[in-house]
Amino acid sequence: MVASLLAANKALVTELINGIPHGVALLDRNLCIVAMNRYLEAMTGYQSEQARGIYAKFILRSNLGGKKQLAKKVLEGGEPAGLEGDIINRQRKKIPVQCTLTRLHDAEGNPCGLIIVMEDISLLKKAEKSRPGSSGSLQVHGHSPQMKKVFELMAVLAKTDASVLITGETGTGKDMIAEALHNASKRARQPFIKVNCGALPEALLESELFGHVKGAFTGAVSDKRGMFQLADKGTIFLTEIGDLSLPLQVKLLSVLDDQTFFPVGGSRKVQVDVRVIAATHRALRQEVERGNFREDLFYRLNVLRLHLPPLREREGDVRLLSDHFLRHFSVRLDRRIEGFSPEALTVLSRYRYPGNVRELRNIVEYAVNICQGHKVELDHLPEYMDERALMEPQPAPAIGAAPAPEHAGQNVTVVNESGNWADAEKEMIIDTLRTTGGNRSRAAAQLGWGRTTLWRKIKKYQLA
Amino acid sequence: MKIMMTVRGDCIAPRFDLSSEVMIATCYDNTLLEEPQSLLISRVSAEALCELALKENVSIVICGGIEEQHYQFLSWKKIRVIDSVIGPHEAVLRLAMENKLEEGTILPPPSPLEQGMEMAS
Repeated sequence: MVASLLAANKALVTELINGIPHGVALLDRNLCIVAMNRYLEAMTGYQSEQARGIYAKFILRSNLGGKKQLAKKVLEGGEPAGLEGDIINRQRKKIPVQCTLTRLHDAEGNPCGLIIVMEDISLLKKAEKSRPGSSGSLQVHGHSPQMKKVFELMAVLAKTDASVLITGETGTGKDMIAEALHNASKRARQPFIKVNCGALPEALLESELFGHVKGAFTGAVSDKRGMFQLADKGTIFLTEIGDLSLPLQVKLLSVLDDQTFFPVGGSRKVQVDVRVIAATHRALRQEVERGNFREDLFYRLNVLRLHLPPLREREGDVRLLSDHFLRHFSVRLDRRIEGFSPEALTVLSRYRYPGNVRELRNIVEYAVNICQGHKVELDHLPEYMDERALMEPQPAPAIGAAPAPEHAGQNVTVVNESGNWADAEKEMIIDTLRTTGGNRSRAAAQLGWGRTTLWRKIKKYQLA
Repeated sequence: MKIMMTVRGDCIAPRFDLSSEVMIATCYDNTLLEEPQSLLISRVSAEALCELALKENVSIVICGGIEEQHYQFLSWKKIRVIDSVIGPHEAVLRLAMENKLEEGTILPPPSPLEQGMEMAS
C-alpha cells in the first residue's frame, strides 16, 4: 500500500519526506524499505534506490531491533515507539540516534506500513559529555502536548538571565527543570546551588543563604560564605520558596533588585551576580492574599513563570516514562525485563499519580525489584494501586493545594476543604492518632515519619 | 582458508557488534572442506568476535555494519574484512569462495514470505 502510494505520488512523497530535517524511512507491511529521504541516505550511506525492497534492519543497522522486534510490535500494536539507540553506517561510523516509529494506515484505516524518523543526536551526546559536572543522565522526558509547551518555553527561558518561578505539584520535576534550565543557559559552566527554603529554621536559613561573619552569633567562630556567594556567576535554585519567612523575603527582594546584601552580622556589602530560579508547590497568589508572601517579591519572581502539569494531565507520558524507568532500573538492578503486561499497563495508565513522576518512578522501581520474570505483571505493582485508587473523582489540585502524602503506599484520606496544607496535615495527624489510640510511635510509622517529626508537628499544630 | 561470517537466521547479521552467532567455513580451491561450523557467542560484543577471529585463525571476516576501530583492528591482524554485506549467508559464502564477494554487496534477500515475520525488527 505504501509502495503503491509512493508510485502514484512519487514526486510529492519524496518532496514531503525530504522536507523533514531528520532521517525518514517509509516501510511496507513486510518492514522492507519503500523510500528514504536524503538525510537518511546521508546517515546510512545507502541510496534510496539501492535500499528499496530490502528489510529495513539491514539498511538502518540500528541496535533497536534484534530480538525485541520493535518494528513488528509497532506494526501489530499500533502504539508509536520512541527510543534512543545508535546505527552503524556504511562509513563504519556509529551514530547515536533518537528513533521514532509510527504505524501508517490506508484510507480504510488498515495498517499499511511504518514511518521511521531517525534524529542524529551525536552533537547532543557530545555536548552532554563535554559539559563539566554533567552526569549525562539529566533528561526531562515527555512527549505530551503539555510537556512540549514546557520544553518550548524552557528553550526561551534558558536564553534569558531573568528570574524564573517554577510551579507545579509535588513530584512533577521542578528540580530537574531548574537544573536543565541552568545547564542550557550561558551560566552552565558556573555553579548551580540548590537551597530548600522549607528545610531549615529561619535563623539558620539566613546564615545559609547570605553567610555570616565571625562573632555574629554564638558558635559563629569564623566567617562563612553563604549560598548566594557560592553561586556567584552561576544560578541559585530556591526550592519551596513559599515556605520562606517574611523577613527573609525582604532580604531576598533586595538581592534580586540590586544583587547586593549584608551577611549576617556583617557591615560590608557583598556584591554577587546570581540568577535566581525559585520553585514552589504552593499557590503564591493565594499566599499573598493570606499575607504569608510579600506581593512585591511575588511580582518580582513571577516575571517568567513555568508551570509543570501533573502527570495525570500529560497525555501519553505515563507510558513513555514507565518504559524509561523500566529500562533504567532493569539496567541498574541487572534484570532482563522486557516490558509490562497489558493488564499492568492498563492499571498504570489509569492510576491518578498524586505523587506524579516521583511516584511513578517509585512504582516502577518496586515492580522491577519484585518481578522475577521477563514482564511486569499486575501482581508486581504495589497493592495500593488497586481499583479503589483508580479514577477516583478527585478535584484537580491547584497549585498550592495539599501535596500528596509522601508515604503514598497507604490509603490515607486527606480531608482538605479549605485547600490549606497545614489544615490538611493537622487533620491527617489527628485521624492517625485516633486510629492508633493515641500511640505516637504507631502513628508516626503509619504516616511514614520519624517519631521526632511527628512530635515536632504535634507541637507546631498545638495538638499536645 | 577459513572464512568467518556473522549471521542471524539465514542471512548475514546486520551488525557485527550485535551478532550472537557466527559460521566458520574452511575451504580450499573453491571447495568446502567440511560443513560450515556454527558457533553461538555467549557474550555478545565486537571484542569477543575479534578475539574469536584471531583464535580461529580466520583469513576473511564477512559481516554487515562494523565500526571503524574493529575493522582497523582486524585489518591490522592481517584479516580481510568484507563488510556491509547483505544477503543469505549460503549465497554470500559461495561468492566469497569464488573470490567474487566485495564490500557492500547486496544479494537479493529471501522474499518476506520465505523469511517470515520473525525476521522483522
